[in-house]
Amino acid sequence: MALNAKNLNEDEYFYGHKACAGCGGSLAVRLALKALGERSVAVLPAGCMSAVGFNFPQLCFSNNAIISTFAGTASMLTGIEAGLRARGITDFQAVGFAGDGGTADIGLQALSGAIDRNDDILYICYDNEAYMNTGIQKSSLTPFGAKTTTTPAGKNIRGNLRPKKNMFEIVAAHDIPYAATASVGYINDFINKVDKASKIRGTKYIHIIAPCPTGWGIRTDETVEIAKEVVDSGLWYLAEYENGEFTLNYRPKEFTSVSDYLKKQGRFKHLTDEDIEIIEKSRNAKWERINKTFKNVGGK
Amino acid sequence: MARKFLSGNEAFAEGIRLAKPQVISAYPITPQTIVVERLSEMVEDKSLNAEFIHVESEHSALSCAMGASAVGARAFTATSSQGLLYMAECLTYAAGGRFPIVMMNANRSTALPWNIYGDQRDSLSLLDSGWIQAYAENAQESLDLALMSYYIAENSAVSTPFMVNLDGFVLTHTYEVVDVPAQEQADAFLPPFETENKIDFDNPKNLAFSAGPAHNDIFKYKEHIGVLNAAGVINKAERKFADIFGRSYTGLTESYKTEDADYIIITLGSIAGLVKETADKLRRQGKRVGVLRIRYMRPFPNDDIARAVKNAKAVAVLEKDISFGNEGTVCTNVKAALQNNAENIPISNFIGGLGGKNISKKDIENIFLRLETEEAEVKFIGIGTSRERTEVSGNGAECEKSQRGRIFLRT
Amino acid sequence: MKPYLRDKIPSAFDEIPDAPSYEAGYLVTKNSGWRNVKPVIDLGKCRGCLQCYLQCPDGVIFKRDGKVGIDYDFCKGCGICRKACKFGAVEMEAEK
Repeated sequence: MALNAKNLNEDEYFYGHKACAGCGGSLAVRLALKALGERSVAVLPAGCMSAVGFNFPQLCFSNNAIISTFAGTASMLTGIEAGLRARGITDFQAVGFAGDGGTADIGLQALSGAIDRNDDILYICYDNEAYMNTGIQKSSLTPFGAKTTTTPAGKNIRGNLRPKKNMFEIVAAHDIPYAATASVGYINDFINKVDKASKIRGTKYIHIIAPCPTGWGIRTDETVEIAKEVVDSGLWYLAEYENGEFTLNYRPKEFTSVSDYLKKQGRFKHLTDEDIEIIEKSRNAKWERINKTFKNVGGK
Repeated sequence: MARKFLSGNEAFAEGIRLAKPQVISAYPITPQTIVVERLSEMVEDKSLNAEFIHVESEHSALSCAMGASAVGARAFTATSSQGLLYMAECLTYAAGGRFPIVMMNANRSTALPWNIYGDQRDSLSLLDSGWIQAYAENAQESLDLALMSYYIAENSAVSTPFMVNLDGFVLTHTYEVVDVPAQEQADAFLPPFETENKIDFDNPKNLAFSAGPAHNDIFKYKEHIGVLNAAGVINKAERKFADIFGRSYTGLTESYKTEDADYIIITLGSIAGLVKETADKLRRQGKRVGVLRIRYMRPFPNDDIARAVKNAKAVAVLEKDISFGNEGTVCTNVKAALQNNAENIPISNFIGGLGGKNISKKDIENIFLRLETEEAEVKFIGIGTSRERTEVSGNGAECEKSQRGRIFLRT
Repeated sequence: MKPYLRDKIPSAFDEIPDAPSYEAGYLVTKNSGWRNVKPVIDLGKCRGCLQCYLQCPDGVIFKRDGKVGIDYDFCKGCGICRKACKFGAVEMEAEK
């Protein structure tokens, strides 16, 4: 049976943490752990979620949880999985929660190694599109045009010049057993992907867009709706990779306005019409590729 | 027990097999590779029941070992030189996390210039990472340390990771006859790994957390005490080891003819054998010389050193290491040990063997002779900065010496 | 089950563990002081759809009698619950 608000585990595993109000990352971690349950062992690298959840004596995970080195999320997951198995314990899920920098930059090598070995772990990237914990610096998952504290929007350069790294397809290129994209704007989709992943053996990867009100320049109550809008505008998409095939899970009937999505956020306020046109064009190119290479292109 | 002809790496692998680690994670680097090759073969032929993880870097090797240790599994990794430096972040992490992982380090020069041969700059540069550091002299001791390291590291009063250092090539690749104990003996010596510091589904834990200024110092103090506690546990381990295996070790240091020695060379690692041989030769000539081999750099044998050299006229520290801009790290530690014990003995520092350069018997003889004949070196304990070049009597080895008492061997 | 507030705050030397490893879900401080506004649920309007519960980043909204309640000790007042409610059952009130 599909997971939903009614039947989701009522226990809370990530609680009393010091994340900013309206934090999308903490919502993603909370929901994933509710889907996985008490037998999950969480690994969180240096980053927002470990910084807000593990300040002795305020310890905010009710399940087993550990901080890894920034680069070491996947490799620590590997050790946990192998160690428990070596001790004869098999009824558990080793799950990692790393941010965009911890995944696509400093942790990419270890993640690639774990997928290569097909270690039985679930890796969840909560993507808030910059190094938020250190004060909003650019990562390789910061989208084109975004202003961060290291990609300022000035007269000469208008924010980040590079597009977002395509982690989903990088991971899929390892021929991973299961990979998916998600957004905290589509919670049922996410929790069911987590549930599905937990039943697959081998390495699983879920990449969830998790807005950061502080870094994105939105109100604290806009987190979920902006995460919905990024999907509805076609700038992000909900998909899966399994058995060598990409599947699109949701096709908006008609894309909502890219400009509206961008202009709601402080980090994109400086963008010109030409910049927005570049973003729309890259979205259209992405969807052309999706239409050609993904299954279920009719959407649901 | 079986007698086998083994290299240091192979002997170490045999010791690890006997210790039955549950998770082995390793990344290849010369001259460490043989130990992990042998272990992978043991896993393949089922003489060792362990998860062998082919990690993609040394950082991941130790990160993976920490994950395994954090769930209560016995973990092993091995590295060398650049690999050790690459995993440096994980070294302090494992120590602070109190994960009793054992790691073999094949001592090797650090770049630049590139060099694969042995010196001890790699491990000594990480002396402050919170690990127990042992230095093996020969293949037998390597095997024995592999077994003893887990006993010591996993003791609940210690709970500290353990680095066993083998000189690259000179020890890792040199073959000797080694006694390999039977598994039953090893099992009688080493109990299974038990710890409270682990993930537990009945009593869930949050591990490896942050501790702010209010508590951080207490965690660090306890980490320090853990390393200090290793000294007593080492003695306990060695007594039990002698009972079961019939081989004795002497704790943090090994004294060789130091009791009546006027001149003592303090050193560590595989060179100690040659230094002892040289001492024997000089003793036959009527010279009262001795050798103190440091077996453990952490915990540091402050009292052992002071006791061993207190009647000596002069002491030399011979090491394959230099802390640029100062002196050899071992020498600095030795000086502190003597200062702590109010022993005012002149100490000269001889830096040799960097990048694998041979240290000859003649070199060692010259060090002893310099201690004996050159009162001038007493003056080295000063603040002078000018340097002079001197000819070492005997073999024409050229040395550069500063007035602080440091000498580079330039054979 | 969830992390909960404890009476005892470990602080003395002997109360600090040897390793950075401690009982999971050990809370010693609240988050209520973070709020400028707080959500108030009109139970008359609440239909128990649980969208507010689902979307709360802090997990402070819980099921109660077919509807919902709020743990104000840990609510930060972000307002996501108000936006999540299709029935207008959540209002944000200024903290006094």
